[in-house]
Amino acid sequence: MKKFFIPLGIFLVLVAFLAVGLKRNPQEIPSPLLGKPAPLFSLSTLDTGGAKFGPQDMRGKVWMLNVWATWCAACRDEHPLLVALSKANQLPIVGLNYKEVQAQDAPAGRQLTPDDKLRIARERSAVWLQRLGDPYVVSVFDLDGRVGIDYGVYGVPETYIIDKEGVIRFKQVGAVTLETLQSQILPLLQKLNAS
Amino acid sequence: MKSSCLQLKALCLAACLVWAGLTTALAKEALPMAQDPVLEKRLVLISEELRCLVCQNESLASSRAELANDLREEVRKLIAQNQSDQQIKDYLVNRYGDFVLYRPQVKPMTWVLWFGPFLLLAAAVWGMFSYIRQRQSAQSAGLALSDADRHKVQAILKSGDAP
Repeated sequence: MKKFFIPLGIFLVLVAFLAVGLKRNPQEIPSPLLGKPAPLFSLSTLDTGGAKFGPQDMRGKVWMLNVWATWCAACRDEHPLLVALSKANQLPIVGLNYKEVQAQDAPAGRQLTPDDKLRIARERSAVWLQRLGDPYVVSVFDLDGRVGIDYGVYGVPETYIIDKEGVIRFKQVGAVTLETLQSQILPLLQKLNAS
Repeated sequence: MKSSCLQLKALCLAACLVWAGLTTALAKEALPMAQDPVLEKRLVLISEELRCLVCQNESLASSRAELANDLREEVRKLIAQNQSDQQIKDYLVNRYGDFVLYRPQVKPMTWVLWFGPFLLLAAAVWGMFSYIRQRQSAQSAGLALSDADRHKVQAILKSGDAP
């Protein structure tokens, strides 16, 4: 009897490990930023008047930070959902345009100055937002990806939910889907808005 | 043969001169930091221990991903600020999590990872010894013949003498 149960036990443990392990997504890296204050920044916005924006401007509000770029295909996929979300007045969404202008965008033999980059990024984003709808209360430009590093961005699009105290409560790497919106984001919003 | 070698040398020299000219022309771009050999050596040492998050099986030192470039630049800055290796690793762990470390830290969360194999080894050794002991005692128990058995065996052996 014992001879029979020991291999069976080992087998079941193995099955349990594989059942969990094979279903996990290795691309999904738990963010150490959850439960920590959102890193501060002050970045140029779509507004050519020179207005800057930072997370400190959103104190007292539950808001979403959506990292995107016009070169990012998955951003185009999730965009309609963000537009619908903003139309439903669920929460303010801030767009963080991540490294819109890449090195290969520079004309041959010339390097783009930060001003050039900002101008190009504004032009491209304006066209994109006009064509596909603008879900953002404000759009900021992280031209060199420096803010992206502070937020641990490694795959655009990424989406963060930040609470009234400025603490990151949720992070999604990759496109937001209707499923994550319904199963995770909306319930979290209710909870955060109630507190 | 010799002349072609000389030609090559001349070409090399020309290329070096052009390159030097280019770098001085670009000196405003703050590139020279990348040419500090001590800094570069440390950068390689540190970034070999770090994982590139975009192509996860590559180290930060070997990856050509855009993000890896940015992170190497960031590590360069931190080295220039005289930060220790540990401080630099902490900087990245605070942003990207333990996942960036190829050598996971020893802490309660990773105990199973670090000590699990030794536990398994100990269990296997214990299993092997108890199995051997069980077999030995079974064998020695089987070897002890009763008097009746001995008589039987002798009878069989004797009868075997005359086929």
